[in-house]
Amino acid sequence: MKRVITTLALAAAAVFAASVASAQTLNTVKSRGMLNCGANGSLGGFGLPDAQGNWTGLDVDFCRALASAIFGDPTKVKFVALTAKDRFTALQSGDVDVLARNTTWTSSRDTSLGLNFTGVNYYDGQGFLVRKALKVNSALELSDAAVCVQQGTTTELNLSDYFRANKMKLKTVTFATADEAIKAYDSGRCDAFTTDASGLYAERLRLAKSDDHIVLPEIISKEPLGPSVRHGDDQWFDIVKWVHFAMIISEELGVTQANVDEALKSTTNPDVKRLLGTEGNYGEQLGLTKDWGYRIIKHVGNYGEIFEKNVGQGSPLKIQRGLNALWTKGGLQYAPPIR
Amino acid sequence: MWRWGSGMSISQHSGPPKVSLIYDPKVRSIAYQVILCAIIIFLAYSAVRNAIDNLARAHIASGFGFWNQTAGFDISQTLISYTAQGGTYGRAFWIGLLNTLLVAAIGIVLATIVGFLVGIARLSKNFLLARLSAGYVEMIRNVPLLLQLLFWYNAVLKALPDLRDSWSLPGSIYLNNRGFFAPYPIFSSGTELVVAAFVVGVIGALAFGIWARKRQEQTGQQSPVALVSLGLIVGLPIIAFFAAGMPATLEFPEKGRFNIRGGLEILPELVALVIGLTLYTGAFIAEVVRAGIMAVSKGQTEAAGALGLRTGPTLKLVVIPQAMRVIIPPLTNQYLNLTKNSSLAVFVGYPDLVQIFTGTVLNQTGQAVEVVTITMAVYLTISLLTSMTMNWYNSRIALVER
Amino acid sequence: MSIATQDDLNVPDARYVRVAPVEALPPPVAARGVVGWVRANLFSSPANIFLTLLTAALIIWIVPPVIEFVFTHAVWSGSDREACLPTADRPEVGACWAFVRDRFSYFIYGSYPIPERWRVNIFFAMLAVGIVWMLRLEAPRRDLGALYFFVIVPIVSYILLTGWEAIGLRRVDTSLWGGVLVTIVVSWVGIVFSLPIGILLALGRRSTMPAVKLLSVIFIEFVRGVPLITVLFMASVMLPLFVPDAYSPDKLLRALIGIAMFASAYMAEVVRAGLQAMPKGQYEGAMAVGLGYWQMMYLIILPQALKITIPNIVNTYIGLFKDTTLVVIVGIFDFLHTVEVSRIDPKWAAPTTSATGYVFAAIFYFIFCFSMSRYAKSVEARLGKADRR
Repeated sequence: MKRVITTLALAAAAVFAASVASAQTLNTVKSRGMLNCGANGSLGGFGLPDAQGNWTGLDVDFCRALASAIFGDPTKVKFVALTAKDRFTALQSGDVDVLARNTTWTSSRDTSLGLNFTGVNYYDGQGFLVRKALKVNSALELSDAAVCVQQGTTTELNLSDYFRANKMKLKTVTFATADEAIKAYDSGRCDAFTTDASGLYAERLRLAKSDDHIVLPEIISKEPLGPSVRHGDDQWFDIVKWVHFAMIISEELGVTQANVDEALKSTTNPDVKRLLGTEGNYGEQLGLTKDWGYRIIKHVGNYGEIFEKNVGQGSPLKIQRGLNALWTKGGLQYAPPIR
Repeated sequence: MWRWGSGMSISQHSGPPKVSLIYDPKVRSIAYQVILCAIIIFLAYSAVRNAIDNLARAHIASGFGFWNQTAGFDISQTLISYTAQGGTYGRAFWIGLLNTLLVAAIGIVLATIVGFLVGIARLSKNFLLARLSAGYVEMIRNVPLLLQLLFWYNAVLKALPDLRDSWSLPGSIYLNNRGFFAPYPIFSSGTELVVAAFVVGVIGALAFGIWARKRQEQTGQQSPVALVSLGLIVGLPIIAFFAAGMPATLEFPEKGRFNIRGGLEILPELVALVIGLTLYTGAFIAEVVRAGIMAVSKGQTEAAGALGLRTGPTLKLVVIPQAMRVIIPPLTNQYLNLTKNSSLAVFVGYPDLVQIFTGTVLNQTGQAVEVVTITMAVYLTISLLTSMTMNWYNSRIALVER
Repeated sequence: MSIATQDDLNVPDARYVRVAPVEALPPPVAARGVVGWVRANLFSSPANIFLTLLTAALIIWIVPPVIEFVFTHAVWSGSDREACLPTADRPEVGACWAFVRDRFSYFIYGSYPIPERWRVNIFFAMLAVGIVWMLRLEAPRRDLGALYFFVIVPIVSYILLTGWEAIGLRRVDTSLWGGVLVTIVVSWVGIVFSLPIGILLALGRRSTMPAVKLLSVIFIEFVRGVPLITVLFMASVMLPLFVPDAYSPDKLLRALIGIAMFASAYMAEVVRAGLQAMPKGQYEGAMAVGLGYWQMMYLIILPQALKITIPNIVNTYIGLFKDTTLVVIVGIFDFLHTVEVSRIDPKWAAPTTSATGYVFAAIFYFIFCFSMSRYAKSVEARLGKADRR
């Protein structure tokens, strides 16, 4: 035991001495040569690895865009599958550099959990999935229903609030993961399953007979989902924030993965020039390279493209843009200008 | 070479008078301990400092202020009153703890019964029964508990009918995949008398037991202790209940559109957890019991047979009391294991301490250090209390060697 | 029996003395052969008859449906759920083994990159060699075996599994590991670390130095007093807070630390029991010939104490092996978790998919644990024989 402790102590002392030089996240990521991205490991459309470990999803592509902006290489991301339960501790403990796991932006998460949300990459709201056989047309008819819910989410709290506000009785059955919750719902333990509406469409596809289930029309909460970083590193916060904005701006300007090389050569639009880095040194101001915007679009695409590919018409989920359309098209996605 | 590197001062040092201080085992021993303590303190200090640094840099709240904040989530099984509106995180903690204790208590009672039956059956002369028991023990002990729990939860859910096709008995008793429902008494004023009668009954039964033992020691005559105790403990409260004018009404479960409300409700999660824990721990207890019985010398059984005792009384009066000395310590361990294993509740959605507290509360507050520390402290307290009680009991029944 | 013969007495024989015993009559038919065995073991008394009938009923109730499920009604091949759905001419569908076949490599390797899976196979082979070497008590050079098992295999397999670019092995991140690979890695790391640390803790607990003793007791009792889940929680949630930001260990490593801590505490108690069983004369003898503390322990006490604790050590490993299933709580894809994930895959959604997955997992764990417990029993019997000599 003594020997072990001695070795441990030596290791600890070495570690201790080294840690005094405080590492900024960007430098850590650069020296590691890899971005650690906390993602959902089981939600189709947002973050899901296949059996070979290839990840797909809206949040996954966001991390790829971030890696492209830093390294010029979208593959330099290590995805860490996180459950709703362990996602915040993973970010707090430095396990991941950025958390892009369909996480709702709330005030307490912004403050006491020590997170900084960098923007909203999906405007969502909580809904209910029920069996058609129940003949329920509205969530307001669900009084007395048993609802399966995943632990450690805002949905767990919204659910209680909604039922209480409408003077309905509720029986929750709480599970550690979404997998267990949806399985329990499928086996008849609950009358309804609740999560963010986008998630409901994804989970419905996983049910044995997906046509026997419907999503109720009510959206009972605001769920602005977005990437987040730790408190205390403003430079990193800015980078993550502006990667998101750059993707929106490029959709706004009509720059896509297909035409970005063309645009780089021939554009005369000063907005596009600033985005792609042929004018000004906005990338360097962020601590990145001049062509950071170009890299993002070249390797990953603009916001509209990744939306359609992962959750929109190009995916099995077929979700409409809705609130997630650009502000110019009646949606909420809006980015401050690069200048 | 002599005592080179010795950490123990096993024998008294009696070397030549002029020995350098370094070779004095006492000095060495103290030096080692000082170094060890210094290392531990340094490690602990740097761990705490790192934690404070890390928490402060990330601006994570710390302290126990969250205890009185509104929880805002619902819990499916609450033994004490709780609402998402008024309930605090502290309240949620107590509910989780009570749920853990509930499942542990039920599990311990049932696992003891299963364990003793199977353990004795395994030693039975009946070939078929002995083989079957052995098969059960080997089967259960060699498969992980988590797998068994998942299996039972799915099996229980699958085997039970939907709400609409509930199995029901007259008197509003229902069984379906939402749980087991039965009428439940609600007590009104006047119940105090019943409680008082119960207390009197227990005291009376204890007194009678002591008196009966004295009488047996003096005269050799036995008294019907079990019957009298049962009468006192159960009978007195019943009489008091009627004397007080039946101060209770039954609450009947009612079928709603989706669910059954009211009355006694037992969740399928609880059932699955209890079945899993009982069968698993029961197999281990069976082995403990078997080893205990086999430790009793065969001559004891034969002597009992020579005195004309039949198998049942031989077991009850001769073998088991002696086997208990061997059985108690490992049995305690099994009880503790069961209690600790009840933390697997989180996998079947039963709201125990770990599920509510290290699950939901940790996530809503983000205060990992505080929450995990409290949870560990709770289990540690349970463990230490149980070991202390059992040590005391063990020292009481231990063989007094003259 | 000392019967005088004729020669001794030298008298004409007038008596008949039987020198060989009469051959015993065979037992009555009812107490002989199959009938006798059945009577003695199954139907010796009314209570026994009742028990036999009850047990037989129980067996008939359980066994045929299980055989039907696992064999006769099972589906052995197919490419998706269609194969395992009940149809009009086959209303009863048993186990869906096609599902297990389809997912088999996922169960073994998790998401480990397919072109690199030969590395995992080599790891399994190396481990198997080490285990056989260590477990066979009469195998040659078991000291070299221990070196191989506790030092060489860990280092080589670490390089092999995680990769080392310098010698051309691609890096494979631990987040891609899964299935049986993770189950084996976790339990084996528990084994490799728990034995030495457990021995040190056990020695510490029996030390005469109060500080060492106190610290050992605190560690052992603390870890043994809490559920493994909370130890894993602590390792995964609190540990990263206790070390500086930049040195935060990898997710799998944290679980491994938790498991190693947990197993060490249990191992310490097992070893302590072995140390206590050593007669005091062994200690005194060792000291009398002038051995120091570590020499005494290494040369005299531990070899004997560990030998008698082998059965208990193996039993602790069985517990450890089963407990590896709990790492799923910190998000690691062990074997059971890959089964859990696969069974909810809509591609294989059929009525018996879940049960099939569980049966398969149960068989896997049973084979491993049961053979370990048989081994422990055989060693116990062997040692018992040696003692009786």
